Order: sequence, then C-alpha cells, then structure tokens
Amino acid sequence: MRLTLHVWRQSGPNTAGKLETYPMDGVEADMSFLEMFDMLNDKLTLEGKEPIAFAHDCREGICGSCNMMISGQAHGPWKGATTCQLHMRAFKDGDEIWVEPWRAKAFPMVKDLVVDRSAFDRIIQAGGYVSVNTGGARDANEILIGKEVVDESMDAAACIGCGACVAACPNASASLFTGAKITHLGLLPQGQPERDRRALAMVEQMDIEGFGHCTLTGECQEACPKEISIDVIKRMNRDYAVAAVRYVEPKETAGAG
Amino acid sequence: MIELNSNIPAGPVEQKWDKHRFDMKLVNPANKRKYDVIVVGAGLAGASAAATMAELGYNVSCFVFHDSPRRAHSIAAQGGINAAKNYQNDGDSVQRLFYDTVKGGDFRAREANVYRLAQVSVNIIDQCVAQGVPFAREYGGLLANRSFGGAQVSRTFYARGQTGQQLLLGAYQALERQIALGKVKMHTHAEMLDVVVVDGRARGIVVRNLLTGEVTAHSADAVVLATGGYGNVFFLSTNAMYANVTAAWRAHKKGAAFANPCYTQIHPTCIPVSGEHQSKLTLMSESLRNDGRVWVPKKQGDNRAPSQIPESERDYFLERKYPSFGNLAPRDIASRAAKEACDDGRGVGPGGLGVYLDFAESIKRLGQKTISERYGNLFDMYQRITDENPYQLPMRIYPAVHYTMGGTWVDYNLMSTVPGLHVIGEANFSDHGANRLGASALMQGLADGYFVLPYTIGNYLAGVKPEKVDVTTHPAFTDAVRAVKAQGEQLLNIKGKRTVDSFHKELGKIMWDKCGMARSREGLQEALVEIPKLREEFWRNVNVPGSGASLNQSLEKAGRVADYLELGELMCRDALHREESCGGHFRVEYQEDGEAKRNDEEFAYVAAWEWTGDGQPQRLHKEPLVYENVKMATRSYK
Repeated sequence: MRLTLHVWRQSGPNTAGKLETYPMDGVEADMSFLEMFDMLNDKLTLEGKEPIAFAHDCREGICGSCNMMISGQAHGPWKGATTCQLHMRAFKDGDEIWVEPWRAKAFPMVKDLVVDRSAFDRIIQAGGYVSVNTGGARDANEILIGKEVVDESMDAAACIGCGACVAACPNASASLFTGAKITHLGLLPQGQPERDRRALAMVEQMDIEGFGHCTLTGECQEACPKEISIDVIKRMNRDYAVAAVRYVEPKETAGAG
Repeated sequence: MIELNSNIPAGPVEQKWDKHRFDMKLVNPANKRKYDVIVVGAGLAGASAAATMAELGYNVSCFVFHDSPRRAHSIAAQGGINAAKNYQNDGDSVQRLFYDTVKGGDFRAREANVYRLAQVSVNIIDQCVAQGVPFAREYGGLLANRSFGGAQVSRTFYARGQTGQQLLLGAYQALERQIALGKVKMHTHAEMLDVVVVDGRARGIVVRNLLTGEVTAHSADAVVLATGGYGNVFFLSTNAMYANVTAAWRAHKKGAAFANPCYTQIHPTCIPVSGEHQSKLTLMSESLRNDGRVWVPKKQGDNRAPSQIPESERDYFLERKYPSFGNLAPRDIASRAAKEACDDGRGVGPGGLGVYLDFAESIKRLGQKTISERYGNLFDMYQRITDENPYQLPMRIYPAVHYTMGGTWVDYNLMSTVPGLHVIGEANFSDHGANRLGASALMQGLADGYFVLPYTIGNYLAGVKPEKVDVTTHPAFTDAVRAVKAQGEQLLNIKGKRTVDSFHKELGKIMWDKCGMARSREGLQEALVEIPKLREEFWRNVNVPGSGASLNQSLEKAGRVADYLELGELMCRDALHREESCGGHFRVEYQEDGEAKRNDEEFAYVAAWEWTGDGQPQRLHKEPLVYENVKMATRSYK
C-alpha cells in the first residue's frame, strides 16, 4: 500500500523540530509499524540522509522502549498493544499518518522520536520496592496469598514503563504508572510494612519530576498497552491520603550496645 | 597462552558448594566499601548481581546501553523459572533437577556447576517472593507450577506469560533501591566497547555514551559482564534488536577464552517468518506445549484447512516419536522433529515452513476461559502478528534462534581466563551444555547474580589490594579509549554503498543456512570462505550516515555487526571441528535414526577458543568433562 508519513524530526534537545513528510510505497499489511520505519530508514540511509531515531528493542510489546504518538494516539489505534505490536493492516492504502514523540515536561526531548523517561526510574527509586536484601528470605510457600489477590496485583505489575499514560494525559500525569506500582506492592503481604512510606515518597517524587496532576480523564487507561485500569489511581490516592494522616517518620534511635 | 583451570572444588558433588563457601576468603564489611566493582548489563544476572553486591557493601557501578535498567531482554522471557521445590509432591529434588539439566544438555555441561545451580534454585524462589514477585498461586494461596520440556515433574514457577518481566522488575527494584541508597552508580545509554587489562587483571572498561558520543574510561577492582547471548548473529532471532555480542567479544579479544560458540538453541515454537521485511521473530512460550498438541498432515502437500483434516490423517509427530515426553520433548529435539516434517514436504502455511500447535482439544477439555487465563497474552500476541485467532485455528509455529549456550569461558567461580573479569548469565557458557532446558535461563541468571557471584567475587577481591588506577593517564586506559574512538571514526569514514543491515542480513542467512539447525562439513567450509569475504566488504563498503557526536543508531549497529562478522566465523569453525552431534549442534554426518549421535570418546570436552590476533584463527583449548555422578548415556525421551 501507499501511505504518507509525517514524522517529527528534531536533531537535539536544544534545536527546533518540525514535521517532515515521507511518501511510502510498497508497505505490506504484514509489516509491523516499526518494520515500516526500518524500511524508511534504509531508504533514507541510501539517499545519504540521516535516519530517524526512534526507541525500540524487544519488538514484542514487553520491554517498554518503543513510544510513538501515532496520529494523536499513544502507540496508535490498536487497543492493548505497543507501537512495535501495531501492524500495518491497521491502515489502508492512501492513509496519512502523523508520528510524533511522547510530549511531556517530565520527558525531555532527546532526538527525533526519542525522549528521556528516566523520571520513571527515579519514581521507583523513591520507594517502588520491598526492602529485602538477598538471602534470608523464608520459604516461599510460608506466605499465603489468595489467587484473586495475586491476580489483581499482577494486573498492576504488568506495567512496562513505556510512558504512554503520560503522553495520552492532557495533564501529562504519571499517576497510572505510579499507581500501578503502589497497587502491585500494596496488595501483597510483602508490601505492607512500607506501604505508607512508599505511597508518600512515590507521589512526592512524581511531583518533583514535573508530572501533572490527575483529573481522572481516563485517557491513560485507554492508551495503556497493558490495559491497566484507572482503579490503580484510586488506590494510590487512598493509600496516599491514609499515609498522610497516620505515617510517622521512625525515630532516629540506634539500638544500644 | 591461556590456561584453563576449572577450579572445581574437590569432594562429593553434593558438598562442593557448601565446602567451597567455607573455604573461600572473605572481605570484612569495613573493607568491602574500599572495593569498586563494575557490572555491565542489567538483565536478570546483572541487576541481581549489582543489587546484591551493593547490599553486601561493595561500591558498584552498573552500565547499560538502554535508557533504563528495566529494559534488558530478560524482560521478554515468558514461560517460567525452574526450582527444585517439590511443592507438587511429584518426586522432584535437587538431584533430579541436576540430572535433568545434565541430560538435557546432552552431557556437555560441567557437573559441579549444574549441581550448584539446582541447589540454589530453591533460594531464588524464596528471594523473589520476598521481593513481591506475583507468581501464580492456587486458590489456597500456595504457589502454582507448570511443566516444561525435558522434565517429568512440574517445577516451573510462573507469572502468567510474563515471568521474565516480573523477575526482572524484582531485580530492577532491588537495584533502584541501592541506587537510591547511593551504593550503585547507574550509567544508562552507556555501551561498553572494551575491557581494560592492567598487569594481567581486568581493571576497567571503556564506554561510549550513546546520546553524546563521548567515550570514557572507568576503573574498578573487578569487572562483571552480564551482557547476554549472541543469537542476533543470525539477524533473525527471538532476541531483542539491541541484544549483541560486543561486550563479550571485545573481552575475548583482550584474552577471555570463548567457549562452545556453536552451541545455539533453536526454539521449536516461534511464529514463522512472514516476509523479507521481517526484523525479528517472536517466541510462543514453551509452556504452550503443556496444553497444545503439535502436528502436521500425514500426507505431503496437504493444503486443506486444518479443520478439514480428520484425526486419522494427522501426524502428532512428537507424541508418536517420544511417547513418554510427548509434546514436552526438549527444545533441540522438538525443533529437529519439526524441521524433519517440513523437509519431508508436510509443513503447513506459506512456503511449507510451519507446523501446527493445536489447542482445540484442551479448549474442549478445560474451556476457553482456562486456556485464556493461562496463555491469554500469548494468544493475543499471536493474533496481532498473524491476524489469525488461535482459539479457533491452530497456531502455526516454526523453530527460530532463541538462546546461546556457548559464551565466555568461566571457571567454577564464574571468572574468565582474564583474572578479575567475571561473566554471568547467558553471557557465560557454564551450565546448559549443548542444549538448555526451558525455564532454566531465568534460573541460571538469577542463581549467578543473587547467590553465586556475590560469594565468589569476594574470594577474588580478598586476594587483591583495593588500588585506584588513574584512567586519564594510565596507558592501558588511554590506549583503549583511543582505539575505541578510532574504530568509530573508521566506520563513519567508509561511506560505502550498503547499509549496515544489509550486511547483517547476509551474514544471518549464511549462519542460518550453514550453521543453523543442521550443519554439514561442506556447508561449514563454504561459510568459512564466505564470512571473511563479507567482512572484507563490510570494512570497505558499509554506509554509516550521521556523526559520532550524537545519538547515531546506525553507528551503534555497525560496531555490533563488525563483531558478529568475526564471531560468525568462530562459530562455524567450532561447529566444523566438533565432529559429533550433541544437543543444539546437529551435524548431518553424525546421526542415528535421525537422532543426534554423540562421540564421547573424542568430544567430551569444552572447546575454549583463544584469540590470537586479527585475521588469525583462534587457538583451541580443551577442558575435559568428567561425569562422576550422572552416567553418560544416549539421551532418550522415547
């Protein structure tokens, strides 16, 4: 099929960018969206032009690298799929497609379609873990967790950290991402000791990074390639509110002796 | 000349690791913070090692080429992780996991390493659960298990079809915690391009910042490579696009022997190639073979729709050939059987390169809901790629390159032939012999990172003084930086007529045709002529656009393909020299009734190749494999 692509080109963080138009011919329905980009990049290379930089790696929807805003939709028109899983049969001959990077203050521009999502790592650093050192864990079956609980926890844990939720949100909020981790760990018995501290620290870090606030528009769950429910934000808000009331910083007293 | 000393502790296999842990030297807590350790890679092995060593008190620097340590390809592992917990009361034990792994590896793995792996497997599950990994559970709250190939017990723990993701996020979160505590310094977008050896010891690395192009040197008291496998030498594989051999290969050129490069795993259940544009292949988890039945039509060239082919005209070839393991035959055997059926003209789908993986019977028996709960994400993935609904039509699958058992040679302490350079996870060669069993890669990565290396590296560090090297003045570092910069310049200045990918594709085709599922003397000899020719053309005619001073994905790729063009040759040489068939290495000259025919008298050894200089063939060293606990026998899954 023939398509017309309009792709955001920007050589670096401090230069101006613009949409460039590339007519495409010979695109096959069985190609993935990124394989179409491979084809375009090969063509640009042979014409002596610089290929388009874009993030990708596993190409099976799990590493969370790929991130294209495709005609205004994060990861394009297929629900529950990443950019790399989108196939060209989603389009028809003659279509015009606009491809842009994730746009959010907390995701600074790197080049073309690549942005810096390290803010997500810093949100995890703030408390997205269970503090257990290696060794000394008790037998795994001593912790009983009901199937329903672990299933709900897994629904949230499925987050791939791609940032589509932020890109789709009119406020560029990271609440779905943050709420997913708070829910994954907060549902499990292992996550209880640090539950309050985690909610407070992760939400605070989200603000520090410059993400916007959640106004429950629900765009995030529509864009999420893992279809994580907006319920995780409800849980985050609840955990945050409870923690804000009851959490007391531990006293700085060391053990005697 | 290098010397191979496996450093396997003496004593009965059950006691080796315990005894060794006591015999090893310790670094006291106050001294640990004086030692710097570099970890390259943050997949399961790298992230778990970096986090654990930081918890112990070492100063860790971790380098990844991704934008975040959460992206390594461990994340894509689907099916599960093995552990000898015997929670199902079905006769599992450390001894049985050990036995299954040695046998599964076709008697080409080191017994002592495998035994240790089976021992620590149980700790891994405990550790991961403590971190909050949401493994699948039964209604009563206990952990659930499924079966994987090459085993007759259910010992595989899983988190839907995303086990690798959940285990990696567990390790990643432990790592992020140490970063927040200041014990790990994380370097993202940093691709390792050389190891620096000072006075015979690995003392640092050279990296290129992929965003700025800046080349910098970093020193440490020990270096750990956790950089994964080299399956992408085939161009098409189930590996992520960025997975590459460069770190391991540059270490090889600095003196680390490379072992058993020809042992590659072809995974039986992948989605078949759909056309020339294909950039990678997608795996359908082996766990599907718990409920899916593999078949082809009995008649050659039978083009009827699968639903039109009656039971009596179907060949469930795995069940027929291997009745006691059935559809759960090990990967090498299942792949070969599929290839045989297709070579026989009974393959299905475009080009006849596919076999059916059929869930109709399971859906009838268990209901669509149960199947969807077990494999829903895999079924969705399949449908997106092929536009076919696997709940209604059988999946079409075909073998594809998936994992590399070969890798950097390491001793029992996971140290390479360069003192101080440790190699863990898929990047080393040590535990899987000539074929890896399903759900054992996650086990090995985490065993190395959480429970083996953190001990053994202490033994090494206790024997060396913590000394700083000045990377800005020491000639070993300044020379290495200069060489890395020069290679980048050279690639940019060729300005030839072919893209990097076109070379990679051509190499991949040679490798797949001649060093893939079936290898022959003649084919390998041809490949050994073709690859050097292609390499020569690459350095003359490759086109790498852009500059070295910013994000340049073509330049990154060019450096990696340059290394594949050397590795591919070594793989073929290794495959040619190993005049036997074993596991994933199938030489057409050596077979019996279509099964691999080993030659234990002449080839029961690890082939470790030493780099001898550009354009020179590597020198072969042999580490004999001694089996004291498992009797070497012809593998039978019949």
